[in-house]
Amino acid sequence: MTSAIRSIPRRTSPASGVDVEKIRADFPILNETVHGKPLVYFDNAATTQKPKAVIDCIRRVYEHDYSNVHRGVHTLSERSTQLYEDAREKVQRFINARHAHEIVFVRGATEAINLVAQSYGRKHVKAGDEILISAMEHHSNIVPWQMLCEQTGATLKVAPINRNGELMLEEFEKLLSDRTRLVSVVHMSNALGTISPVAEIIDMAHRRGVPVLLDGAQAVPHMSVDVQRLDCDFYVFSGHKLYGPSGIGVLYGKSDLLDAMPPYQGGGDMIRRVTFEKTEYNALPYKFEAGTPNIVGTIALGAAIDYVDAIGMDAIARYEYELLRYATEKALQIQGLNIIGTARYKGAILSFTLDRVHPHDIGTLLDQLGIAVRAGHHCAMPVMDFFAIPATARASLAVYNTVEEIDVLMDGIKEVIEVFG
Amino acid sequence: MFDQIRDLYQEVVFDHNRNPRNFRVMEDANRKIEGFNPLCGDRITLYVKIDEGLIKDVSFQGAGCAISTASASLMTEIVKGMNEAQAEHLFETFHRITTGKDEAVNLEELGKLAVLAGVRAYPARVKCATLAWHSLQAALANKETTITTE
Repeated sequence: MTSAIRSIPRRTSPASGVDVEKIRADFPILNETVHGKPLVYFDNAATTQKPKAVIDCIRRVYEHDYSNVHRGVHTLSERSTQLYEDAREKVQRFINARHAHEIVFVRGATEAINLVAQSYGRKHVKAGDEILISAMEHHSNIVPWQMLCEQTGATLKVAPINRNGELMLEEFEKLLSDRTRLVSVVHMSNALGTISPVAEIIDMAHRRGVPVLLDGAQAVPHMSVDVQRLDCDFYVFSGHKLYGPSGIGVLYGKSDLLDAMPPYQGGGDMIRRVTFEKTEYNALPYKFEAGTPNIVGTIALGAAIDYVDAIGMDAIARYEYELLRYATEKALQIQGLNIIGTARYKGAILSFTLDRVHPHDIGTLLDQLGIAVRAGHHCAMPVMDFFAIPATARASLAVYNTVEEIDVLMDGIKEVIEVFG
Repeated sequence: MFDQIRDLYQEVVFDHNRNPRNFRVMEDANRKIEGFNPLCGDRITLYVKIDEGLIKDVSFQGAGCAISTASASLMTEIVKGMNEAQAEHLFETFHRITTGKDEAVNLEELGKLAVLAGVRAYPARVKCATLAWHSLQAALANKETTITTE
């Protein structure tokens, strides 16, 4: 019986400039114990934990500044509106958009993709046209396009991946046709960790005049993103994977594209003038923000961006790269462990299977050791089918994880293997 | 190390996971059902041979976790030879106990299946234990579509 709480020694991080001890102190939940063991949280690709700066921001706004936005002339409404619009500018700077009005607040990456599919898609996609995605998309970047194809008679094309989980660029290029109306691909895969060759993808698509949407839900927390340098046409991400609250996400779109798109939902705030005969829509970005938005969530997303900015996205990327390299080296030493997703360019995700243990059993047993990993198909069933596996166990890393926690994970995996014999 | 979870992962479960019983295709089955748990991707194909209301033979194939494999394996052992009403009754008892609706659990009702009762403490895993049973129920009702736990 080993119920004693293991103390995890925490050395300072590798040479990345990240003071992980200081960062860990910012996340109150990391002091939790699970089944009597210190929490080791490796489910960051599902959602990240929140720093005190974000939690405090939510409390502060509700206690001091809260009212509806874009409505009243009273002080609190003005204050809330100011904070809400400040958050838009923070997002603009964070992904280096040219204009603040190119930032549309939505519930998350999923809603952002649905918005583009139903607004841009319904307008520009006709029967016989094609939408091109990759074989490693999350369901949220498959289903909205299938729905659009069903509505319009268009066809969904899928560019294949190789056994390492890398997009096959030459195949991708062959699938670009004069009927392709939109390319929508993942920036970093949630199931495999692969970072897509987005510069090449965008270049190939643009040479044929095809706009590109990048699903940045996994990329944004792990690397700096510059939408102008990428020259992507749409970029989407969620706040809750970036240390912010759930229920808030971002659609970036180039101004001229967004401007020409019809509204997605009708309601308050998205109009300029309403009569029963005709409605005049509001300007960007409000045209796409019908109804009272997630006010405090948006402001807290701004606080999350301030938080990661203070650490520095490049420092985060370097630190996580070191962690992933360490985790990969250790994992390769475990007999019977197979890493799923071995792309050359990879973000901080270690997806794996064990020869004789199903991922669910791995997940339940590791939880007994205080270790949170995800077990399942990661909302990417076609990826599982490609590798002919029902599921994987996935350890996804964040900036507050440590080398010592990876040791705890690897020891845990060895124990799981032992128990299953 | 895993002492606390031995109520779920008992030796019987490991045994049936390593060596599942009746794990085979049944060529002369008169009922065949695909069971699917969309949350985790577990799949089972259940074969049943029913003759005048009696379960003459039952077998399965598929890929799942230790809990779902052991549950399917144990189920095939136990229901073989039962009539439809007996199997249905056992399913109801098993379902009631694993989904934890009873305050007092009478494990004797479950007989050999009692080793799986521990799953009631792990809500995320209950569907692993009941997938085979949902499939059996569908087979008895002579449904022809794929059934899911959702």
